[in-house]
Amino acid sequence: MGVGLLPLTDVLAQGARPQVLPGREALSAARWAMVFDSRRCREGCQDCILACHRVHNVPDIGDVEEEVKWIWTTSYEGAFPGRQHDYIDGLRSKPFVVLCNHCANPSCVRVCPTRATFKRSDGIVMMDYHRCIGCRYCMAACPYGARSFNFRDPRPYLDEVNPDYPTREKGVVEKCNFCAERLAAGIPPACVEACRDGALAFGDIEDPGSEVRKLLNSGHVLRRKPELGTGPQVYYIV
Amino acid sequence: MLTMLEKAFTGSRRYWAWLLLLLILTGAGLICYLWQLDRGLSITGLSRDVSWGLYIGQFTFLVGVAASAVMVVLPYYLHNIKEFGRIAIFGEFLAVAAVVMCVLFILVDLGKPSRLLNIVLYPSPNSLMFWDMVALSGYLLLNLVIGWNVLESERNAVPPPRWVRPLVYISIPWAISIHTVTAFLYAGLPDKHYWFTAITAARFLASAFASGPALLILLCLLVRRFTRFDPGRGALQKLATIVTYAMIVNVLFLGFELFTALYSRVPGHVHSFEYLFLGLEGHGRLVPLMWTFVALAVVALVLLLNPRTRAGETTLAAACLAVFLSIWIEKGLGFVVAGFIPNAFGHVSEYWPTLPEALISLGVWSIGFLILTVFYKIAVTVKEEVGQ
Repeated sequence: MGVGLLPLTDVLAQGARPQVLPGREALSAARWAMVFDSRRCREGCQDCILACHRVHNVPDIGDVEEEVKWIWTTSYEGAFPGRQHDYIDGLRSKPFVVLCNHCANPSCVRVCPTRATFKRSDGIVMMDYHRCIGCRYCMAACPYGARSFNFRDPRPYLDEVNPDYPTREKGVVEKCNFCAERLAAGIPPACVEACRDGALAFGDIEDPGSEVRKLLNSGHVLRRKPELGTGPQVYYIV
Repeated sequence: MLTMLEKAFTGSRRYWAWLLLLLILTGAGLICYLWQLDRGLSITGLSRDVSWGLYIGQFTFLVGVAASAVMVVLPYYLHNIKEFGRIAIFGEFLAVAAVVMCVLFILVDLGKPSRLLNIVLYPSPNSLMFWDMVALSGYLLLNLVIGWNVLESERNAVPPPRWVRPLVYISIPWAISIHTVTAFLYAGLPDKHYWFTAITAARFLASAFASGPALLILLCLLVRRFTRFDPGRGALQKLATIVTYAMIVNVLFLGFELFTALYSRVPGHVHSFEYLFLGLEGHGRLVPLMWTFVALAVVALVLLLNPRTRAGETTLAAACLAVFLSIWIEKGLGFVVAGFIPNAFGHVSEYWPTLPEALISLGVWSIGFLILTVFYKIAVTVKEEVGQ
């Protein structure tokens, strides 16, 4: 039916496709990227996690098996399995912030049977919670464990609801969205804003003058599992 | 058509008792499913790390059973193996029941089943799940149309309509495709070492062509015991040969995988096998089950390779049961779970199905067997009437 109706709507619209234009104050980039500087991240600090989860109505399920999380910390070995050796004493206790990598070549987008997960032209990998059928194919496809599934109704597990961002229902997948809703309003991601130690930087990786681009040249930079060809856009200074 | 359907509504007390039992089990599954709809998938053993389990495992296993109908259809229609003429219909109807179960297992696995049609509304050719839907629905239709028409013409003692034959020819590569696509669903995912191997599709086909015909032999033996229709010893022995070869190839393929993993010692490849057969980091919930798989596979091969035990009906039935159960364990549970272990961070999270999850699965199997029973009842009654 959709195919049959298309020409008709085209005639009525005189070929012009409806477009959503970014607001005047919106931040834009050719490709958004994040740099995590492990030298600056403070052990035990939870600021970025709390800010993100509060802003995005991420529930605190309290069950490791069913937990929902957009950003969290893990060990060096957790972030870079197979890259460790037995004598990395100094690194062992350091926290590493992990989140969706907003891959340039995202396997989650490739496998989604409804295009509920999609990649925007600025590189952000987004989710449509209202289209997701909860098949969890994307969770199997993500090599970074970045995706969470709402095994149960998440709403009873929210202390307070931020009315500026939707809550989710049970049965859908969710993950970090690089704060697309904040970028549209001209403000940086919540985690970046919350970090008082400057361990998180965010910007346009394709802009040679951007802060993230400069940081890439300031030390040894890693990405998680680059050998898989997914092109992760979260960079780690070790 | 109606006069054929009528045959499903007359039957012995045993027939009705069997249907009643299946209905009760279906009801129990349905109640658990309503509970799952209310509570979400939290009533299952699934987790953030092992996000697919028994449901998707059973789906995978049953796609194989469905595809294996080709092991009867191909020899009969392409090589004129006459013995299979008597049982081709049973293979096709088994495929129908198996595909229905596949679809139901996908449905019960969905977090948002009410949005199932989004797969059709937003077709995504980049997703293997989209192709799986195309392949499975096409295969269901093919087998329904072919099976029903062949049976109807048999009843009327006329040759099947001419347009059925091209459909039969199409159904042969189509059967291969449904299981290949299902294998690609797994084999195309980065960083899932247990699945990410070119031999996954080959392994799936081999295990399918062993488990499906093994089930068909068991079903034929039941048909012979409970009805006046004899599928024929020749057909069963031919099927037994197919099961034997397929089971050998299946075990060989697993051996190839083991060699590559254990000799290269690349951790990602070793870990899943370690988890399945020895336990990893102190986690070994599937270990007893996997050794049961090994034991059953060995028993099956011994019974099948020995010509005398393969010819004896009781020993053949035991062999087929062993083939079916061993592959059910390895493919219906072990394969899916091992792909998720270790997780993206190198840790082990274990999975074990919960009781409601098992009951929902049993309910789906019951629906499948309800369909199978009704179709087999019709087929057997027709065959009894025409006096085969």
